[in-house]
Amino acid sequence: MSVRPQARPSGPKPPFWRDRAKRALLFQAVLIAGVAAFLLYIIGNTQDNLAARGITTGFGFLTNTAGFGIVQSLIDYSSQSTYARTFIVGLLNTLLVSALGVLAATIIGFTVGIARLSPNWLIARLASGYIEIFRNIPLLLQIFFWYFAVLQALPSPRQSHAFGETLFLNVRGLYLPEPQFLSGFGLIPGAFVVAIVASIALVIWNRRRHDATGKRLPAGWLSACLIVGLPLAVLVITGVPVTWEMPELTGFNFRGGITVIPEFLALWLALSIYTASFIAEIVRSGIQAIPHGQTEAAQALSLPQGLVLRLVIIPQALRVIIPPLTSQYLNLIKNSSLATAIGYPDLVSVFAGTTLNQTGQAIEVIAMTMAVYLTISLLVSLFMNWFNARVALVER
Amino acid sequence: MTHNETVIPERPAPRLTVGPLAWLRANLFSGPVNSLFTLLGLYLLYLLLTPAIQWALIDADWIGTSRDDCSREGACWVFVNARLGQFVYGLYPGGEIWRINLMFATFAALLAWLAIPRLPFKRWVAPVTLVAFPVFAYVLLYGGHFGLPVVETHRWGGLSLTLILATVGMVAALPIGIVLALGRRSQMPIVRSVCVVFIEFWRGVPLITILFMASVMLPLFLPTGMTIDRLVRALIGITLFQSAYMAEVVRGGLQAIPRGQEEAAAALGMGYWQRMGLIVLPQALKMMIPGIVNTFISLFKDTTLVMIIGLFDLLGIVQAALSDSRWLGFAVEGYVFAALMFWIFCFSMSRYSQYLEKKLHTGHKR
Repeated sequence: MSVRPQARPSGPKPPFWRDRAKRALLFQAVLIAGVAAFLLYIIGNTQDNLAARGITTGFGFLTNTAGFGIVQSLIDYSSQSTYARTFIVGLLNTLLVSALGVLAATIIGFTVGIARLSPNWLIARLASGYIEIFRNIPLLLQIFFWYFAVLQALPSPRQSHAFGETLFLNVRGLYLPEPQFLSGFGLIPGAFVVAIVASIALVIWNRRRHDATGKRLPAGWLSACLIVGLPLAVLVITGVPVTWEMPELTGFNFRGGITVIPEFLALWLALSIYTASFIAEIVRSGIQAIPHGQTEAAQALSLPQGLVLRLVIIPQALRVIIPPLTSQYLNLIKNSSLATAIGYPDLVSVFAGTTLNQTGQAIEVIAMTMAVYLTISLLVSLFMNWFNARVALVER
Repeated sequence: MTHNETVIPERPAPRLTVGPLAWLRANLFSGPVNSLFTLLGLYLLYLLLTPAIQWALIDADWIGTSRDDCSREGACWVFVNARLGQFVYGLYPGGEIWRINLMFATFAALLAWLAIPRLPFKRWVAPVTLVAFPVFAYVLLYGGHFGLPVVETHRWGGLSLTLILATVGMVAALPIGIVLALGRRSQMPIVRSVCVVFIEFWRGVPLITILFMASVMLPLFLPTGMTIDRLVRALIGITLFQSAYMAEVVRGGLQAIPRGQEEAAAALGMGYWQRMGLIVLPQALKMMIPGIVNTFISLFKDTTLVMIIGLFDLLGIVQAALSDSRWLGFAVEGYVFAALMFWIFCFSMSRYSQYLEKKLHTGHKR
């Protein structure tokens, strides 16, 4: 007996609200109309309000003179500069503290995360104590603690803590010696680039040779020596064309050298320590996610312990670690905006804070600030997705 | 030939394989490197703990009313003691504090009812907590009805404001988050893209810019002449921010439900809302609870940011108390107290979420 497809039931066609495709169309049309009506309503209100307050819209204010100084800037800046330059200075400061924060948080986080898995009971407990303490206290509170309770309680410049007469720490900040590059120093970055290119070539050649003959050189060590050794050799040959400008106490303050302002130190410490506690948990769960059988199988193949880690455990653990790690990096970048609470001149502080108050251009300023963070989020997730795809490929 | 039937008596295990000594050897001194680490760890612990205990407990001043009672080297807990009322209730009028206490007592009772698995009638307690209780809490705290004097929101503060912000933000964000998550999984392209843009926008920007936006731009969006309370503006910002994160938690829960569940429900002739409301969401909600608790913890910590737009939450009121000229120089005590409060709340919630995770996991263990 064959099954015949049943004919459509005859009779009147179902009403259009029973037809799924038409209903979806209708629903989406209603949604678009609703969103559009809401936006129009808001835009209308905003225009009325702006007219009532006499604020003109537009980005013309960016070319006006800012008229206020910024305590830390990576590019030339004075109170005569424009608001556009203020924006750039703030953006660079945000990027600076985020980049250094990501670096420090990664180092602390990986160390603590691995220590958390240590067979040593005391070390594992210390690591989990670190994690539980720092991730359960609000970041802003930690920033305040470092800034108001620790760094503001440091002695005045005359009584500053000195570390070997080169580093000075006092209430005004941390003073470091600044390198002064003499002529002929340009060769050293050149040597560095040459060393990197050479070691990449070495690694590729070594891999081909390994595939073809089964022999391999310790390429990692060789390239490390190359990258460190070649610039050092050039440095010595050219007669060390660097002098260090030491910070010196003149009058009531230090002159010369590099000054790290206390706002930066507090923000950087708090961001790194706080984020590291989350990264440590991610690293721990990533390593624990690899079944023990993997280690045992690798050992059964008589791989040495170092290669077990490098070829078996880490590539698989990274695949688990990287997605949550990315979101922690993004959190750190977004959290760097808390700078405004202690006056570190980041984007939110100098642009969405001071500039907004001076110009009253709320909409433009907030939109630009949000656009910056959205762009950073987007770029970091794109990069991390690319990296993640690579790691995933290495695994299979 | 006869067998020797006597059994050799049991001998005790070697001394170094059982008991505390063996534990020490296995866990702390299993090799030279490990022993070195142990000694370093002990030294670090000694370096950190001795001054901390000396400062916080042994050398501390506990009793008194003014800073003159703080004569000793250690911490001055007199400061925290004198300000405790403000730290908990903000500037709420002294005679009306019972209203906050009553509100939180009711809330704690309802929550406990929901959290303890054995108690009955959860079906009725849950909607009361979500719908009737907020109205009751608002009337009680703000006043203006039933002979209760009005207490303006700028007098609210301290720990109670922190709890109010976090709870309201959470409760308001949950339904929005569910709708957004369902929209993100929808077949309709426009619904999906609207939801994706909404979620990714709020997740991509820092909370502080959202709070700035809520306090600076929101008044511009309203019809001229209409104003809204600063606390409400902060709450709107927090809710929008939180709903985006909540949507991602809900989406994770929805993805964990096998497709067959929805298809089976469709085969029974259920419509979309029946499938979601009766089959998918109840199962997904169970899986989402740990995630929801975790986002609640981060929201609880993030509420400290409202002090930047001028509300006095727990951290804000501690910070304000530190600049009081009668009590200058007790920053560490104030921060340690605030940190301890936050830590107790966050730590116990994270332990509860771990307990739930374990308990809910049993059904899926192979």
